Amino acid sequence: MEPFERYRPIVDDFEAFLAACERPLGNAVRVNTIKASVERTLETLDEDGVAYEQADWNPRVLRLETDSPGSTWTSFHGFTHGQEEVSAVPPVVLDPQPGERVWDCCAAPGGKATQIAALMDDRGTVVANDNNLGRISALRFNAERLGATNLAVTVDDARNYSLKRFPFDEFDRTLVDAPCSCEGTIRKNPDALDNWSEGHISSIAGIQKGILRRAIQATREGGTVVYSTCTFAPEENEAVVQHALEAESCRVVDFDIGLEHSPGLTEWKDETFDESLERAIRIYPHQNDTGGFFVAKLEVTAE
Amino acid sequence: MTEQNDGQRFDRLPETPDERTVEGRASREEVVDYFADRFAIPPETFDDYTFWEKGAGKIWIYAGEAETPLEIEAIGMTCLRTRQEHWKPTTDFAQRFGREATECVIELDREQARAFATGEDQELEWWDGDWGYLIGAHRIAGELEPLGVGLYVHGELRSMVPKGRQREL
Ligand SMILES: C[S@@+](CC[C@H](N)C(=O)[O-])C[C@H]1O[C@@H](n2cnc3c(N)ncnc32)[C@H](O)[C@@H]1O
Repeated sequence: MEPFERYRPIVDDFEAFLAACERPLGNAVRVNTIKASVERTLETLDEDGVAYEQADWNPRVLRLETDSPGSTWTSFHGFTHGQEEVSAVPPVVLDPQPGERVWDCCAAPGGKATQIAALMDDRGTVVANDNNLGRISALRFNAERLGATNLAVTVDDARNYSLKRFPFDEFDRTLVDAPCSCEGTIRKNPDALDNWSEGHISSIAGIQKGILRRAIQATREGGTVVYSTCTFAPEENEAVVQHALEAESCRVVDFDIGLEHSPGLTEWKDETFDESLERAIRIYPHQNDTGGFFVAKLEVTAE
Repeated sequence: MTEQNDGQRFDRLPETPDERTVEGRASREEVVDYFADRFAIPPETFDDYTFWEKGAGKIWIYAGEAETPLEIEAIGMTCLRTRQEHWKPTTDFAQRFGREATECVIELDREQARAFATGEDQELEWWDGDWGYLIGAHRIAGELEPLGVGLYVHGELRSMVPKGRQREL
């Protein structure tokens, strides 16, 4: 937990934050409405004798009281998919609509891509991309298990992604669920900090900037880009969005999510960020008893 | 019919056998008819979907936008294996679209469903319907829910649920 000391000045109730990071995380699943309604899923869990708690902010997110969420009938039928509660936030903020063209540029293993498909009622097109071929097989497995038929899967570097192979040349919405230092997953992966270093953070930040810029370029004017990470480091969050604000045509916009959170930062060490970064959100583990996440919503503007 | 199937890319199925340019390739009409004839899945079910082949005989069902041919990792889901004597639907297709099926659906009780999901073969002499590929289903939350595809021969139902999809329940 040593690296987290640098967040003492920015986290409210830092001791509660550290204590939450020490606690393991429960089992959360998302209801996959491509295959079954929330009601039918809950009935199936009831029949199976699996106890659950529905998240206040999202009726499709359940906390299960079982040690093996993978061996329930709801999982076999693809009614549910194991997905950390906060990891269900970015697709909700993206708010994709049936029939749209959506790009999930870092999509593997597909928890969010399939959630996007479900939010679109499996209509329209979700281009699910990842540059890691090994992780792509997990994405494909999950997509088929969950019955998503509107996914097109590609393996490319998102930083210089080409839309040439598609019959359209821009997206309505794009999710950048970026590769990151994963500090916020410490409750699930106790070794998440093993290779932590500021050098590692700054090299990932370079990749994140490249991906976010390409995402904005590939999205139509008036379209939405959501940038998210599961890490706390401002270098990978606000600083990346700040870079995009300076280099591309976009602005940070407000959104509501019924989870406790803190606003994005407007300064870190000797850097200052645009005031609009307060519209981004930081979710800390002690606020909702979840993992950690950062989410910013951008609107693409005229050049 | 000089073109060959290219296993590296997706080609959209021709509408009808007459429009076929690649040897042995199924047409959309044949695929939709197969699902209707075998499982009584209404053809309208597929009105908003396209069908594609990548890899010999592997048919994919897709709801999104794309132009043919397409070199990409995957589109939609694999739904059917053709280019063999008996066409074989996939388990994931059966789970996704099998609720529309009313024929060649074998209803299993809880124990039988459990065996099916773990990939076991079982003696089910009482089935008096067709032999061949069936959709295994069981009743959950008041409705019949497809589990996957099984092969019924000589009084035995062989689960075709792929290894990675099998579960101990
Ligand atoms: C946080 S994970 C994505 C999780 C995924 N969105 C989900 O919900 O299942 C980040 C992903 O970015 C991928 N990635 C890393 N660098 C990339 C790049 N330059 N282009 C595309 N994907 C990249 C990694 O392989 C990894 O799968």
